[in-house]
Amino acid sequence: MNEQIFGIHGAALELRSQRMGLLASNIANAATPGYKARDIDFAAALEDKLTSGSVPFGSERHFVYRLPTMPSLDGNTVELGREQIAFTENAVAYSATLAFVQGKVNTLTRALKGE
Amino acid sequence: MPDNARMTLFGLTERAMSAQLVRMNAAASNLANAGSVTRTEAEAYRPIRAVFATELDRASGLASMHSEGLVREDTAPTKRYDPYHPLADADGNVFEAPVDETAEMVEIMESARQYQNLVQALQTAKQLMLDTLRSN
Repeated sequence: MNEQIFGIHGAALELRSQRMGLLASNIANAATPGYKARDIDFAAALEDKLTSGSVPFGSERHFVYRLPTMPSLDGNTVELGREQIAFTENAVAYSATLAFVQGKVNTLTRALKGE
Repeated sequence: MPDNARMTLFGLTERAMSAQLVRMNAAASNLANAGSVTRTEAEAYRPIRAVFATELDRASGLASMHSEGLVREDTAPTKRYDPYHPLADADGNVFEAPVDETAEMVEIMESARQYQNLVQALQTAKQLMLDTLRSN
């Protein structure tokens, strides 16, 4: 039902929200020795969500580890600039997806009200 | 996690922020003790550092961090010959705390920057959550 109404956007919104948490984790661990920054392979994760829906978020195959431009001595691979840009990009994409979902909802509401 | 609550973006940022606070306080204590003088080498103040560790919440895939504890640095105090100092030992030496003020200032600045980063990320996330909630 959900999929029929919102199409790809419902799944994408959920995934965007999860990715936001992941990027926030990277930012939080910017000073933890040995922490390896992670991101998700968005296309693969979305594909999985749409086709099977059974693969839960957090399964290892969606995660990709960041390759640091310059490895640091303490083994931490977080580069703050990169994480901030990824976070901002993700936030904008979230807004965009949210706008699509809102559009769908508005259309439905209008149809129901019979305006 | 100590309590069984599921980790959210808010919990994650809160923990990381308190860890940064510990780090900043440690650096501030070091700065406060810079230049303190003692009679013996063993008594002299040694700088403290916060040690960070990742805290992974498997259910949500979020990774927060916390301060695992404080370690005392093992640097030798500076021996200074100052025979007229009231704390000077038999040889006329005093021991000064080995605090590098510049390094501590840099530590505080870095900590503050990371704190700001966390606040910024939280603000953005909070705004998006509110937008989603308020959308009719």
